[in-house]
Parts: sequence; C-alpha cells; structure tokens
Amino acid sequence: MKRWVFLMTAIAAAASLGLAQKTKLTIESWRNDDLKIWQNTILPAFMKKYPNIEVVFAPTAPTEYNAVLEAKLKAGTAGDLITCRPFDQSLELFKSKYLDDLTGLKGMDNYSEVAKAAWSTDDGKTTFCVPMASVIHGFLYNKAIFKELGLSEPKTEAEFLAVLEKIKANGKYIPLVMGTKDQWEAATMGYQNIGPTLWNGEVGRKGLISGKEAYNKGGFLRAFEALAKWRPFLGNGYQAQAYPDSQNLFAAGRGAIYPAGSWDIATFRQMNPKLELGAFKPYTFPSLGITQCVIDDHPDIAIGLNAASKNKEAARTFLSWVASDEFAQLYANALPGFFPLANVSYKVDDPVAQQFLSWRKECKTTFRSSYQILSRNANPNNENDLWNASAQVLNGTMTPQQAADFVQSRLASWYAPQKGNK
Amino acid sequence: MNRKPFPWHIVVFLAPAVLIYTAFMIYPLVDSLWLSLNNKASSGAQVFVGLQNYGTLFSAETWSKPFWNALWNNIKFFLIHMLVQNPVGLLLAALLVTRIRGTALYRTLIFTPTILSVVIIGFIWKLILNPVWGVLNPIGINQPFLGLESTALPTLALISVWQNVGIPMMLFLAALIRIPEELMEAARVDGASAWTVFWRIQLPLIFPTVGIVAVLTFVGNFNAFDLIYATQGALAGPNFASDILGTFFFRTFFGYQLQPGDPYMGATVAGVMLLIILVGVLIYLLGWQRRLQNIQF
Amino acid sequence: MARPRWPQLLAIHAVLIAYSALALFPVLLVIINSFKDKLLIFSAPFSLPTTQSFTLEGYKTLQSTANFPAFFLNSLIVTGGALLLILLVSSMAAFALAEYEFRLNPLTALYLSLGIMVPIRLGTVGILQLAVDLHLVNTLWILILVYTAQGIPLAVFVLTAFMRQLPKDLKDAARIDGASEYRIYWLTLPLVRPAIGSVLAISMIPIWNDLWFPLILAPGEATKTIVLGASVFLGQFVNDYNAVLAALTLAIVPAVVLYFIFSQQLIRGITSGAVK
Repeated sequence: MKRWVFLMTAIAAAASLGLAQKTKLTIESWRNDDLKIWQNTILPAFMKKYPNIEVVFAPTAPTEYNAVLEAKLKAGTAGDLITCRPFDQSLELFKSKYLDDLTGLKGMDNYSEVAKAAWSTDDGKTTFCVPMASVIHGFLYNKAIFKELGLSEPKTEAEFLAVLEKIKANGKYIPLVMGTKDQWEAATMGYQNIGPTLWNGEVGRKGLISGKEAYNKGGFLRAFEALAKWRPFLGNGYQAQAYPDSQNLFAAGRGAIYPAGSWDIATFRQMNPKLELGAFKPYTFPSLGITQCVIDDHPDIAIGLNAASKNKEAARTFLSWVASDEFAQLYANALPGFFPLANVSYKVDDPVAQQFLSWRKECKTTFRSSYQILSRNANPNNENDLWNASAQVLNGTMTPQQAADFVQSRLASWYAPQKGNK
Repeated sequence: MNRKPFPWHIVVFLAPAVLIYTAFMIYPLVDSLWLSLNNKASSGAQVFVGLQNYGTLFSAETWSKPFWNALWNNIKFFLIHMLVQNPVGLLLAALLVTRIRGTALYRTLIFTPTILSVVIIGFIWKLILNPVWGVLNPIGINQPFLGLESTALPTLALISVWQNVGIPMMLFLAALIRIPEELMEAARVDGASAWTVFWRIQLPLIFPTVGIVAVLTFVGNFNAFDLIYATQGALAGPNFASDILGTFFFRTFFGYQLQPGDPYMGATVAGVMLLIILVGVLIYLLGWQRRLQNIQF
Repeated sequence: MARPRWPQLLAIHAVLIAYSALALFPVLLVIINSFKDKLLIFSAPFSLPTTQSFTLEGYKTLQSTANFPAFFLNSLIVTGGALLLILLVSSMAAFALAEYEFRLNPLTALYLSLGIMVPIRLGTVGILQLAVDLHLVNTLWILILVYTAQGIPLAVFVLTAFMRQLPKDLKDAARIDGASEYRIYWLTLPLVRPAIGSVLAISMIPIWNDLWFPLILAPGEATKTIVLGASVFLGQFVNDYNAVLAALTLAIVPAVVLYFIFSQQLIRGITSGAVK
C-alpha cells in the first residue's frame, strides 16, 4: 500500500512540475455488462479527440447501483458523471441537488421532447441528464429450431400459442425461455411486452395516470390474462430459473422463443455467435379486435453531471460528445439493442437490432406503464407490485383477476387520481 | 475493595475498546434510531414525529403485512437453525471429542464451509439447486426448491445451517474438551454406557455453552441478510416467501429498483429489529444464565 | 480418553466421513468444473476434467478483467488488522471487567455487550457520514475500524467470561511480587488462549466474508476486498459459467488454504487449554 501511495505522490508531483496534466473523469454506472465496450471502444474514441481528458468507467452491479450511488453521493465520493435511471429515480437526485441542470448544454437540442421526458422535471422545462438510449421489447427466436419444426413467425396471439403448442408437442426444446426466479422478467419481458398492444399504448398509460383507466379493467386486465397463457410453455423448474439461466438456455440452443429486451441481442451475439437469431414483434389480438401493434420503446439510460464534481468543464465536454452523432454511431453498434435517442444520423449494422428498430415505424410506441409518476411511492410501490403479480400469475399462485385487483388496490391506496377505482 | 488513588489503569484498559466501539458502532446506531423518530414533512424538511413511524409499521396494512410476514419467516428461519444446526453441531462435537484418528482433519473439513463468503455459498447452492444445470437430477432432486413459496425459506435455512454448523461444533467441542477426563472415567468404571456418559455428565456440564450457542444463533438469525440477498435478491421471492427482517430493512431503507428508499421507515424497522434482539438476549441473560448460576453455586 | 471399540469406531468414522463429504461436495464441484469445457459443465458435472475437456478459459477471462491478487491482499490486510486490534483492545477491556470491582463495571459490561445484539449494519448511514468527515472513505483503515467496533462486543463478552474463571491466587501472587497491573494483564493472556482461539475463529469469518461495508465504504479499485471483487465479477460475467466458476474457485482456495494453516493454531489453542 505504502509504495502505492508513494508512487501516486510522485506522479502527482511530476504532473505539477509542468508535464501535461490530464483531467480525470469517473463514470458511475450500473451497466457492468458493458465494461469492456466502454473501456475498449467508446472511451478511447473520446480520449483520442480530447487527449487532455481521461475517462474511467466504474460500474456497480445493477441490483446495488441505486443504493451504492445514493450512499456515494451523500458521502461526496461519487464520480463526476452519473448514469441516470429514467424518471423518478433521477428526478429525485436532481431535486436533492446531486445533479446539475443540463438544459443549456451544447448538444441538448439534438433531442426531441419525448426523448428528454424521462430526464426532465414534471413541467418539462429543465433537463438534467443527456439521454443515451432506449430499449425495445419483442421476441427473439432460434431460427434453426423454427426451420427444423417448420414454424413461421407468429403475428397474432392465436398463431403465437399454436407455435408454442407445436414446439411443446415435439418435446425437444423448451418452447418459451423465461423464468420467474428474478421476478422482473415476468413483468418487463412479459406484461410490459405484450401489454401495450392491449391497452393501446400511450392512451392506456396516460389513462392510468389520470385515473381514467385501471389495472383491473380493460387492456391492463387482459394483459394479465394473456400472460397467464404462457404458463404451460415455460421450461421445467422455471420457478427457480433466473435471468442468466434463461440467457444460457437460449444461447445454448435449448429453447425456441425468448421474450426479450433489445439489449439481449448484444448478449447473445457475444455468448454464442453461431446462434441463428430471429426476431418478431409483440403479437396482436384480432380475436379481441386489436390489430394495431404497440411496442414498448423504453427510455432506459442517460448520463448526468454530479453537482459536486470538481471537473465540470471536462465533464460537460464529455456530455456534449455523448449528444453527438459520433457517440450515437459508436454506441448503437458496440451495443446493438441500445438505440440512441439523439436526432442524429446513425446506422445500426446488426440485422436483428435493425429489425427491432424498424418496429418503431410499423407500430405505435409507448413506455412501461409504471415508470412515470406511478412508482413514486415507496410502499406500496407499483413497479414492485407488477413484478410480484406477474411472477405469481406465471407461477399459478394468482389468477389474472387476482393479480390485477392486487396491483390496482395497492395503487389506489395512495395515488389520488386512482382513489375511486378499487 | 482496597482503597487506592484513582485507578487510572482501569481507564487505560477500557478506553481503547470503549472509544472505538462508541465512535463506530454506538454513535451511528443512535443516529439511526434518532432517524426513526423523525419523518419528512411535506416541505421536505425533517421533523420530529415521536413514535408515529412505529405506529405506521404496526397498523397500516401496507407496512404491517410485510412486517409480520418477515418476522414470521425470521422465526421459522431461527427454529430450523435451532432444530437442525445446533443438534448436528453437538453431535459432531460429541463424535470428535472421542479423539479417534483424524479428528483434526474432520474438524478442519467440516468447518470449511463456515469460512467461505455467503455470497459465494449462495451462488454455489443456487447453481447446484438449479434444475437448469441439473447437477442433482441424477439423484432425483430436480424441484425448483428456491422458486417455490413452500420450499424457498426452508431450503435457504438449510443452506445456512450447512454453512454455519461449524460454529456450534467448535464451541461445543471446546466445552467438551474442558470436561475433566477423570469424571467420565469414573462413570465408565461404574459401567455407564457412552450414551449415559453423554446425557448425564457431558451435556449438563456444557449447558452454559448450549445457552451461548442458542443466543448466538438467535442474534445471528435475526441479523441475517446476506444469504437471502445473494440467492433471492432484495425482493426475497417468490412472493416474499423468503423475506426476513434483514431483507425487509434493506429494501425499506435503500429502496429497490423504482422503489425510493425511505430512511425514516427503514430506521424504524431497524429499531424494531433491535428491540426483538434485545428481548431475546434479556430472556437469555435473566432466565438461562441466572438459573445456571443457581445450579453452579 | 479411552478409545471406543471398533464397531463404534466404524460408525463414528462413517458419520464424520459422510458429513465431511457433504461439507466439501459443493466446494469441490465448483473447483472441478472451473477447469472444464463449458459443454461438459452442463452435461457431465461430476466428471473430472480430462486432457480433452481441460480448459483454463475461465481463468483467462478472469486474468484479463480483475486483479484478484490485489483484492486478496486487501482482504488479508483488513482482516489481519481488525483481528489484531480486536484482540488487543478487547482483551484489555475484558481484563478490566473481570479483574476489578468498580462502580461502573456492570454498566460498562452491559454497554459493551449491547453490540452483540445489534447489527452494526443498521448504523450504515451514520458510519458513512463519519467516514466522510474523517476522510477515510475508500481506505482500508475505515474497514479495519468498523470491523473492530463490530468485533469488540462478542470478544469482550467471551474473554470476560473466561477471565472470570481464572484462579485468583496466581494473580495475587504476582501482585505480592510487585508486578504492575499491566504486567499481570500480560501474564493472563496465555491463560485464555482457548478463548482467544474461539474469538479469532468467530470474528475472522464475518470480517473476511463481508460484502456490505467494502461495497459502501471502500468500493474503489485499489481497496476492493476479495469478496467484493468476486461479487462484482459474478455480476458481470453471470452467464459465463467458466468465468464464474473460476472466480469462485479463486475466492475459495486462498481462504481455505489460509484457514488450513490457521486451523492448526486454533486446534492447538483449544487442546492446550484442555490439557491445562
């Protein structure tokens, strides 16, 4: 240790003696999966352009990120740049004066109002994080298995269930690769994946916020019912199957269909480059008269400036670069499945990622119903309730109606516009 | 006793421990307890609210339901340890004290899981019990034990027993070794079987250790957090079937995913945990230890 | 002690072997599979690696991404430092509590034993604030101090109980010879070796294995402990079984080796206490 300290002091002394002094920036992030990509691709490109700034990517595990970040911010040990979760989590940080106002940042005009919404104050006037990317939900499938069994991409719920039925009858592969151990997949890749089509996207989502819609009525209830139909097609022991298990099963070619977030594309490309990956968008429900698809195009990640940073000028330089087309191009291709939000031109090379992106044109878009405002309360918390209820529907410990009533009554218990809808 | 000038040496002996302990444990804890008597006003400022948070925790349904659930789970978790871990630890110690060949090796091997990180233990068992890997499928164990509401908690408790059994074993062993050999030899000469010697001589003599082991288990279990956090996550699924006070506290205090952290209610949960543990230890001190002293003296 | 006869002996060995196997099986499973080809990890988890299936792929991934030797050294410094401090200050305090009757004795004993019951984790936010004020965040010192505070209550409790049992005449004889109280304390230490052994064994484990405080107080790359390093790594490579098993192995093996060396001391401590 001591030698280390000595070394550091020596370096610091040398630097102050007139050698070119580098400003060092540290990025806090939960994207530990992307560590290599930041280290080897993204940051070198920036540092090449700005040789006086050194940037370090220091991720924490996603499950611990919020707690650790908050502790570090309180302690004043957090990095200069803070990766921002969407909506309330970051809004809270901004309100607590941990994040700087970035409304006037050079490059901020590269973003539309919608893109900035997840990281702006409720009145939309102030933006505090530079949007980086959104993720899109849909389904991935194993092309080789589909070919072997003579299946084609399903477009409607009936077709989807028929395909699953055939895979199950064949018996060689797990029809639907998803587990309920970690709970969030059931809500995120299940409920919020096929749900928006049923609740008509933004109409339904805004209806929940205004109190016109309820979780136990209409599309939101039907989404639970549609989710329950997945249950017979999940793999053996799916109750103990965690997210990484699902990834492993699908990457190893042991499963046919994988309810996905677009970020999974990059994971599978890396885990098994030989896997023949195909994709289809969330199916429609002609039997219910619903033929317009709506996808969950979810603003997921942004980056902000720590108010306590001592290197704000360099940090703002970096943030402006994040808003540039160079970054968008790099990011979109280094991490296929994260789609940059800036209105700059970038081209995605990965064909499957391209396909996900093309759904933006074919379908209406919305984002997860629980993210804006509704999960503001600590207990009961709408997002946690959705995880729990969706997992229980798939485990068969709750009926769709029970799940919907559970989520609704707990939302209505604190959220004024929903008070009448028990 | 004897009249002396001010006993500086007592201060010198006590000061380092008391200072470090006060600064890094008591002061932060008091700080936390103080938080539990406060809450955020609508303006965002901190205001003193007395015991109101505790009232909320016990009476408001959104708080009391998860709280009682966590407490009840915690009691089950503790009971499994008492019924499995400590008898097994005692049994192993009783076998080891016979000084058969290889005692040191056995002891070392059995204690091994205890020294491993809970993060690692959790991860290993999650792998082994995972039907997807299917290590145990050949011997007919292919149930998703950690994923079912009925089995998740007992499974976790048994993993914890597996890891921690070395501690009661060591404590019992240390106590058993201290029993004078002559005492047992005399009994054996009188024709007592090994079983009788154990029940009549060894067990009564290690009774203080039984008490210490019980209270250590109690305190350890009501502080437990890591194993469940590492294997089940902070939501302690499925459907909070494995939620204990430690995970409940963590979630409340630090928040989870979109759930914002609530330091005031978190501190309140911590306060209740403190109370429960305090009551348990008092029962031990007043009940168990006092009665023992009556026997001994 | 009289050796049991052979049928009994056999039964005892059988139980102990079975339990040792149960204790070691998961650990061995991890170590064996960390050297195996990814496909075989799944299809034949119990087979030993053969020349064909042997691979160091996981370790290579590990080497290129995480600095395990440095993490290990950090853990060693923190655990060793904290144990030393715990033993020193706790044995001093325990000696005072066991040896002298003074008005505040019961109160001090109660005060110090409060911490046995209270999870120090409940004071995390206060500790963090304190660490910031003392400029100790991201240092190994803060971990050592917090772990010492955490270890003191139980150590004092156990050591006091043992020291109370020591015969008075020995110490009184030393006093008559004119030994100072500090000298008497020093002479007492060897007599409580078994208790010191237990205290070391009980205190060492939670310190070495803690994830919480390194995560909150010293998550920097230079101060990461092995458990934090491994856990960050596990989070990062969670779907790469080779790398995960390699990381687990690296986290396990040094700890086990360290423990095997240490356990001899421990056993000697316990047995020598028994002989006396």
